[in-house]
Amino acid sequence: MNQIIDVENVTFAYDDRPVLDDVSLSVAEGEFLGLIGPNGSGKTTLLKIMLGLQKPDIGSVRLFGTPAAKFRDGTRLGYVSQQSSESDTTMPISVREVVKMGRYAHAGLGRLTSEDTEIVNEALERVGISDLADRRISRLSGGQKQRVYIARALASEADLLALDEPTVGVDADSRDRFYELLDELNESGITIVLIEHDIGVVTEHADMIACLDCELYEHCETHRFLEGDALERAFGSGRVVGPSAIASGD
Amino acid sequence: MAVETTGSRRQLATLGLGVPLSLIAFAGFIYWLFPPLYELFWGATCNTVDTWLVCSGFLQRGFTAGVLIAITAPTVGAYLVNRQMALIGEALAHTAFAGVAIGLFIGAAIPSFDYPLVFALIVAAIGALGMQYIAVHTDGYADIPIAIMLTGGFALGIAIISYGITFSSTVESYLFGDILFVPFENVQLMVGLALVVIATVAVTHKQLLFITFDREAARLARINVWFYDTLLIVLTALVIVAAMQILGAILVAGMLVIPVAAAMQVTNSFNRGIALSIAFGQVAVIGGILLSYYWNIATGAMIILTAIAIYLWSLVG
Repeated sequence: MNQIIDVENVTFAYDDRPVLDDVSLSVAEGEFLGLIGPNGSGKTTLLKIMLGLQKPDIGSVRLFGTPAAKFRDGTRLGYVSQQSSESDTTMPISVREVVKMGRYAHAGLGRLTSEDTEIVNEALERVGISDLADRRISRLSGGQKQRVYIARALASEADLLALDEPTVGVDADSRDRFYELLDELNESGITIVLIEHDIGVVTEHADMIACLDCELYEHCETHRFLEGDALERAFGSGRVVGPSAIASGD
Repeated sequence: MAVETTGSRRQLATLGLGVPLSLIAFAGFIYWLFPPLYELFWGATCNTVDTWLVCSGFLQRGFTAGVLIAITAPTVGAYLVNRQMALIGEALAHTAFAGVAIGLFIGAAIPSFDYPLVFALIVAAIGALGMQYIAVHTDGYADIPIAIMLTGGFALGIAIISYGITFSSTVESYLFGDILFVPFENVQLMVGLALVVIATVAVTHKQLLFITFDREAARLARINVWFYDTLLIVLTALVIVAAMQILGAILVAGMLVIPVAAAMQVTNSFNRGIALSIAFGQVAVIGGILLSYYWNIATGAMIILTAIAIYLWSLVG
């Protein structure tokens, strides 16, 4: 199987605070990888390094076989971050305009074509927000907003979808539907990397788990992960938070 | 940063070729085609309406300049406001004022260099790039470079003016704007600047919107965020210099911000917001010029007050 992401011996520190220590893992095409670990364990940093948004201090990252820093094909990547940026709470911009951004990397400096419009409509349809297309994004609920960002990633026809705690502050009902949508997308061949603090959700949907706390504690299939003790070791490492974090379900 | 700069070579090449070519076309248009068109338009308007309002040369130049400002300023302002950079226009205007002071000083010594607005353009562009550099290379809040630039530019301008001998009326016209003061060369310069700004925004709207709304996603889509940041700030400098003669260094930022703020209240779409803010800008400029003429009030001030009236209406309506 093709490797979509290849992280090799990556070490990263903010000034003198180590965030990642000699992490190596790879993500295969069509995989659904759940990335878990305590708060401050370097999950988001690792995700950004995977996507080439940040450079590792030591080590190398390959995206679709190209070094991540040199990877130019922005159309293949979709990213849904922790929700509520400054702009999507105030900026006057409609849902359709946001989803259209998914086509920008395709169009370059040129104009969007009718084919682009068609793809945007399909993406809106697929995540079930066609009826919200002309609404201002700041007036949507948390769950609806995250659907908009998924639609944008779909419109970009990304092969790789990276999500960083996409359902923080989203109600349980929309969260379940959101993960059903992710499963569907994964089945249709899109590779997914998901950071999620709710370990129950991750183990239910992801087929691979990577457990991280600065160093990589475990990277294996979900069922093997559940049998092992990586979770206790990672959360019990005492590096950032104690084991009580598991008990509280955080 | 290396990630972003290497990949945009194609875009840079497109712009690098496109911009000089367009500039040559613009220059030709402005020098040869624009003056007769201008005469033709105002001649025809004067013949049909025949009031002193459209037949006097200074109001013709004032209206032309104002209409251009009300297109370019809200257009660029729409991106700035939504990036919480509303005050950057104010900072650049004060930097441009330093450029005017330098221009007046040099122009007094060497009459063939007596084009203060050209100096304003150069200094504002340098100031814009400097501000961008400070913002990227220092830790600190975004409004720190703005405050430093705003006061620093003004201080430099006052220092130079107090050292040289300049008519205070000339200085005042750049500080507060003066519609009686727009010579035809400046109208030509403004047409040129307006065309550059409009053409650039037309080509790069998508990228500018993307970095405005979601920088992280824009970087992920491998858009050169640094390049478009710089482009936007340089465009702002161009708009500021063009608008300075009518509105003055102190009021010019209002035109970047107020029509956009009003449009944001009444529409849910960014693109419609730009169109609407241009419309509001036109109402403010034309209404402001007319009111200032009837009530005998300073034009720049009246334009900004009209714009604020529109904003208040948008809050209520």
